[in-house]
Amino acid sequence: MTTVDSDTAIPSLAGVASLVSERGTVETPTKVDVRGLSFYYGDMRALEDVSIQIPEKQVTAFIGPSGCGKSTFLRTLNRMNDIIPGVRVTGTVLIDGKDIYGASTDPVTLRQHVGMVFQKSNPFPKSIFENVAYGLRINGLAASKTELADRVETSLRAAALWDEVKDRLSASALALSGGQQQRLCIARALAVEPEVLLMDEPASALDPIATQHIEELVFQLKTNYTIVIVTHNMQQAARVSDRTAFFWLGKLIEFDLTSRMFTAPTAKLTEDYVTGRFG
Amino acid sequence: MTRRQRNHWLDLALHGAGLGATLLGLGVLAALLFDIFSDGFGRISWDFLTSFPSRRAENAGIYAALLGTLWVITLTAMLAVPVGIGAAIYLEEYGGRGRWSRIVEINIANLAGVPSVIYGLLGLGLFVRTLALGRSVIAGAATLALLALPVVILSSREALRAVSPALREASYALGATKWQTIWHQVLPVALPGILTGMILALSRTMGETAPLITIGALTYVPFAPDGIWSPFTVLPIQVFNWVSRPQEAFLANAAAGIIVLLALLLVMNGFAAWLRDRYQH
Ligand SMILES: Nc1ncnc2c1ncn2[C@@H]1O[C@H](COP(=O)(O)OP(=O)(O)OP(=O)(O)O)[C@@H](O)[C@H]1O
Ligand SMILES: [Mg+2]
Repeated sequence: MTTVDSDTAIPSLAGVASLVSERGTVETPTKVDVRGLSFYYGDMRALEDVSIQIPEKQVTAFIGPSGCGKSTFLRTLNRMNDIIPGVRVTGTVLIDGKDIYGASTDPVTLRQHVGMVFQKSNPFPKSIFENVAYGLRINGLAASKTELADRVETSLRAAALWDEVKDRLSASALALSGGQQQRLCIARALAVEPEVLLMDEPASALDPIATQHIEELVFQLKTNYTIVIVTHNMQQAARVSDRTAFFWLGKLIEFDLTSRMFTAPTAKLTEDYVTGRFG
Repeated sequence: MTRRQRNHWLDLALHGAGLGATLLGLGVLAALLFDIFSDGFGRISWDFLTSFPSRRAENAGIYAALLGTLWVITLTAMLAVPVGIGAAIYLEEYGGRGRWSRIVEINIANLAGVPSVIYGLLGLGLFVRTLALGRSVIAGAATLALLALPVVILSSREALRAVSPALREASYALGATKWQTIWHQVLPVALPGILTGMILALSRTMGETAPLITIGALTYVPFAPDGIWSPFTVLPIQVFNWVSRPQEAFLANAAAGIIVLLALLLVMNGFAAWLRDRYQH
């Protein structure tokens, strides 16, 4: 298993915040640092001793067969699993060096900084505007009506949805198409200005065009956000991500630059999986 | 007969049986309504609605009982609804899923099935005597609120439970607290269901006679309630009173009283349907 500060050069990618270390190799600062994380649903261990350093302002893809724990792992990063009864976490997750499972971390505050987009788009049964404004309102992020409207617009633009909905902001979000709903969910997540954006198979329910929209969006968003994306689609992982992590039966098997994961993986399992021999 | 034909006949037979059962229910209801309307419709008039009871059937009216019912049911709603919804929120959102919460749930379901006269006895002991509220509107409403509470709690809980977990997750993922999630996302979605349960519970209590007679609501009240401390009667008690008179003419009054009660129920249920429609969009 290779970690983030490997000595390989990162292919030049526009907008990636990177710095050159003294040794002349390119390193990217770590945003999320996970060490020895295990996760249990009751007695069932869903994740086993996962350690990974997720680089800042890059796209990291999680791949692996169904049930291997990708979603579970993603949800440990914003403590979304906390709301499931009977679960247990061991190990540490540091975001910007701060232990998010530490006593001083409030999961509610954490989730403002680590946003999430779900596999099935889940807009609130309210207007398009209200969907985006909700996070701003509850977190007190807009001081005035105009500021609120401005920030809703900015978020909708960032999610490449503004032009399609600007004339019907007060229409119900449920009237949007599936792809639009998913972009609305992205806009809603972006509105509260998270630093990390977790996306759990955001395009799995969408047609190829809508999927392409989302992928382009992910590519743009990494200028400002650290993105972690779960996907079942190898091509998608190859297209959008800088690094790829391969999970299998609750373990992190390999984590490396996406280009290497797909051309020269170290582990036999990874190779079998990315070449479609199982999964 | 081939398998396919057999299935076809079975299908038809089940269809027929279902239709029969439905028609039987509707038929009984229709006969009841016809009986009541033919007996009582002629008595319905403005005078009947605005007159106090009288020893002479032609002069007797429903005014005191109608106002009594409106007072009591309004107050019952004001007591049972906030407490019921609050309890449902606590049980569903904060109570957990353990053994303790199951025991509580089963007990509430049992309470919903307890005969109403038992609530009357409780009301008599607790509200009328211990709290010294007397035979007042407030004592009656409090008693009926106890009666309605289990149903309000159970149906509100059901409505809260039906709200999709994805909606809650979406809210939490934006950094909402539990209470913000409940207040802004869960409750608005659950509201139609909560309202339906509430109206059903209130409709049931509106027809109750036994608990109010037990706490000593009067059967002959020649005045309308003028406040929550006032003595009172309600429509079903008035009907009961008229039915038990020997004279034929009072039976017509009873039927007319039932029509008024039915009309009130219809208005309430219509209101519930309207509210539901309004909030569904
Ligand atoms: N709420 C839960 N309670 C109990 N077990 C769960 C729960 N959620 C997931 N699991 C179990 O944990 C394991 C990992 O599930 P997870 O959803 O993380 O897999 P995944 O890699 O995201 O799969 P997929 O690709 O199908 O989404 C599975 O065995 C699953 O059955
Ligand atoms: Mg998953």
